[in-house]
Amino acid sequence: MKNFAYARAQDADTAVQLITQNQNAKFLSGGTNLVDLMRENIEQPDHLIDVTGLPLAQVEELPGGGVSIGALVRNSHLAANQIIRERYPVLSQAILMGASAQIRNMATTGGNLMQRTRCYYFYDTDARCNKREPGTGCDALEGFNRIHAILGASDDCIATHPSDMCVALAALDATVHVTGTGVERTIPIVEFHRLPEDTPQIDTNLQPDELITSVELPALPFARNSMYRKVRDRASYAFALVSVAAALEVEDGTIKNVRLALGGVAHKPWRATEAEKVLTGAKADEEIFKRAAAEELKAARGYKHNSFKIELAERTIVSVLKTLASEGGAR
Amino acid sequence: MSARIVKPGAIGQPFSRVDGRLKVTGKATFAAEYKVENVAHGALVFSQIARGKIKNIETSAARNAPGVILVLTHENAPEMKKTPVFGSDSEEMGAASSSILYLNTDEVYFNGQPVAVVVAETLEQAEHAATLVAVEYEEKQAKLILQAEKPDAVLPEHIPGEPSDLKQGDAEGALAEALYKVDNIYTTPPFNHNAIELHATLAEWSEDEKSLTVYDSTQYVIGVQEMLAKKFSLRKENVRVIGSFVGGGFGGKGNAWAHVSLTVAAAKVVKRPVKLVLSREGVHLSVGGRTPTEQRVALAANDVGKLTALIHTGFTQTTEHNNFAEQFTFPARHLYKSENIWLRQEMVHLDIVPNTFMRAPGESPGTFALESAIDELAHEMGIDPIELRARNEPDRDPVKDLPFSMRNIKEAYRVGAEMFGWSKRHAAPRTMRDGRFLIGCGVATAFYPAYQFPAAARVEIHADGTAIAQSAMHEMGMGSATAQAQNLADELGLSFEQVRFEYGDSNFPYAPVAGGSNSTISVGAAVKAACDDAKKKIHGLVGEDDASPLKGTRFDEVEFREGGIYRRDDATKGETFHAILRRFEEDKIEGEGEAAPGAESEKYSMGSYGALFCEVRVDEETGEVRVSRFLGVYDCGKIINPKTASSQWRGGITMGIGMALTEEALFDVRKGRIVNPSLAEYHLPVNLDVPNIEIHFLDIPDPLTPMGAHGVGEIGITGVAAAVANAVFNATGKRIRDLPITLDKLL
Repeated sequence: MKNFAYARAQDADTAVQLITQNQNAKFLSGGTNLVDLMRENIEQPDHLIDVTGLPLAQVEELPGGGVSIGALVRNSHLAANQIIRERYPVLSQAILMGASAQIRNMATTGGNLMQRTRCYYFYDTDARCNKREPGTGCDALEGFNRIHAILGASDDCIATHPSDMCVALAALDATVHVTGTGVERTIPIVEFHRLPEDTPQIDTNLQPDELITSVELPALPFARNSMYRKVRDRASYAFALVSVAAALEVEDGTIKNVRLALGGVAHKPWRATEAEKVLTGAKADEEIFKRAAAEELKAARGYKHNSFKIELAERTIVSVLKTLASEGGAR
Repeated sequence: MSARIVKPGAIGQPFSRVDGRLKVTGKATFAAEYKVENVAHGALVFSQIARGKIKNIETSAARNAPGVILVLTHENAPEMKKTPVFGSDSEEMGAASSSILYLNTDEVYFNGQPVAVVVAETLEQAEHAATLVAVEYEEKQAKLILQAEKPDAVLPEHIPGEPSDLKQGDAEGALAEALYKVDNIYTTPPFNHNAIELHATLAEWSEDEKSLTVYDSTQYVIGVQEMLAKKFSLRKENVRVIGSFVGGGFGGKGNAWAHVSLTVAAAKVVKRPVKLVLSREGVHLSVGGRTPTEQRVALAANDVGKLTALIHTGFTQTTEHNNFAEQFTFPARHLYKSENIWLRQEMVHLDIVPNTFMRAPGESPGTFALESAIDELAHEMGIDPIELRARNEPDRDPVKDLPFSMRNIKEAYRVGAEMFGWSKRHAAPRTMRDGRFLIGCGVATAFYPAYQFPAAARVEIHADGTAIAQSAMHEMGMGSATAQAQNLADELGLSFEQVRFEYGDSNFPYAPVAGGSNSTISVGAAVKAACDDAKKKIHGLVGEDDASPLKGTRFDEVEFREGGIYRRDDATKGETFHAILRRFEEDKIEGEGEAAPGAESEKYSMGSYGALFCEVRVDEETGEVRVSRFLGVYDCGKIINPKTASSQWRGGITMGIGMALTEEALFDVRKGRIVNPSLAEYHLPVNLDVPNIEIHFLDIPDPLTPMGAHGVGEIGITGVAAAVANAVFNATGKRIRDLPITLDKLL
């Protein structure tokens, strides 16, 4: 690991100030991904600005029924939060299916958003990787790409975003609150992460001097009927091959509201807007679920080892919607 | 007839492991944890190409980095002599993992070969400086693909002790004419041991550089001692290798890999103790794993299900520097009677990290192919797979034509079928279901040979009535030290609490590598010999002593029990060790002993067996497979310790579940590098993947082995992948012959 300087910030202004003043600086929160990457010599910051002392560790109900999640709320706390479990079960489930208990105890909401890809070649400093070293090429294109993207990839990068939590946030239409030099702004979660295009080294639309302060969930009453399904190679502690976050409201057999997002398939949590269009207002049955899934995956492209993900994603979407339709119908 | 009650011995009792408390309280010292003053830290630089020559190695940036003491390369490393390679034909059993002369050559033979060692004041400084070493190569064409090199495959002279090509009758002819047959290719991927303790070496030279102490995470302290003595031209007795606790080995620490000698060399140059712990990535790059296999199994049967042909052939990969054959045809030599047999193993030579043994080398992938094929034939013929096996149960070893010393497979299946409820299984695939989950059951046979190697031990009986035995044996979590303490207690007639067994130090009497599941009986026999020696010495004292009630007795007229020596025919006549030693003013009596397998072992086929039962649940929508029940019924002779032995089987089955469903080292053939060298991406099974594993053992002693026992370390993994694959077939109707059975293969 390369030597680095370390500073603790006690408030957001100081944190932003410190990151602007220092070259090649990074915010440090739970450290469950950043420190790993530093040990692997992939991230080599000169300065770490520890933000864990900031007062951003609360989950608060907002007027109007939404919820604000402080950027420093630990994943374990968020998953266990009673409001989240009742109103947004998809989010609680997604978090609990991520990582391990030990990692979830350390990892924070803001940090989870900033996770970097688990592409094998990103992790191997002897391999070519446009995300790690722009312009060197992509060894995943012709290499082991079983875990890689089928949607929204580019010739420069076919990596996926590893988060489960973010997939649930995408389905729930969350917004990310950030603060920068003198400016505060909000970014819709679906615009927070980027597709790789020809600049895969840039994971998000967060500016270098911006700090995530909270994530806001809108009031979404029908999200009480929501779930997260993660399909993976082992029962726990594995990244999603495909995951589905969904919320569904069916009234008199007709789909009144639906939110659908996919994980493990793209460089960002993938909001399935095409499928949602097909589903909204339609009769809730298996046929329409299949049609919606197929519509969403129409644009999918498989590589040497990951074409199976296209069918897997379709099947998982249908399975989740079937479950939600039957459970929602019972209420 | 005497009416005295014989106290049950320690053997056969489920004692908790003697090292358990030390381990859970953090008091067990592992190689990297020894406190040595003034220690410097080492880190390796690995080659980035698979084959070539180092043109230039630029070390100035690393040398000038903070804290760096030395950058050792082929340009400045001391000479390290060539030593015998483990398993080579040399008469000396070496510990070297290959004949590559690391850092004494500018040749690169595999991607990940250590090409430099950086030594610094701290680990972080060493690791960072290692990234600053820049190597320029003259690259050569590398051979990296097993399938591509098959035309140049070689037939080894033998695969450990057995012919590599064995023909009885005309198997191909019988296959061609057969009424029923299956003939398929099975493949297994490369695996890595992934022991939880990373490989570590801590080397400390004496000031005069004539003696050396090495703390090493090894399964073979004597082998490492001999290797280092030769490499550095030292007297063997001046090299001490200590490996008291090893955090799992599974074969990955049976050879000394590059870092061992390189750490010693670095310590010699910097004139300070040096500690080097491989990173997890470093283990994958520079320590070999299990070779992939491509196996053909063809079976032919007549109308009553008797095998008329058994063909098991195929390929594994190795290097020219180690030539290690994964003996996957071993199970087929001993499990089934067939009129015609053809077994053949070829190897291709690649430019890769030398492969090595991993838990049940050969038997593990071999049973996957063979036991899958038996299941396929049973399905083809509409015979229950247990019944088909019974119909082909041999009464003598099929290829050695020798009687079995012990073999109770049929009984294991009978007991297992009852425990598991096998009769409730539906034979037709896709006929058992629970909601969206397809349910399937499968069986397979486990097999591992019973090996005994020469070993030595010494024992001390103390005046306070306690005893210690010592042997350079290894305890990597297997329970070996506990089993030997039980053996020692019974041999001397002491209680389990009164004895202690010491191990893992080359200063102790010789013990072989912890491999081949040999330790319990190899060292057990040596401990017995040492105890016999000590007992004779004690009897020698009292037998001629006027003060002893045992005066005039012959050795066969006395017995050792309850901390003393007594007449067999009069339990009241005798005295305690304590009384004897006090009278003779001795504080201890010592005994020494050696043991080797007897000549009768050549006259018998000796193996361990198991009947495995597996139930899986397969998500029909996603193809995800989860093992929901597993039962292993084992026939491994007398079980010394039911608790630790059961842990061994459970561990083996867990590793087998990994082999079946999740594990694979992804070898990128473009550069010859493993791309998933981490516990996050190399998928070992986690708790949720492993059901409650039921274990039963027959506990029928082998009349030919010490204590009637067999080793139990390796058999646990054998057969498991086949039992899982057979259950998956029963659940889904899909036959997966290519491991691991990932969900994409079932969509």
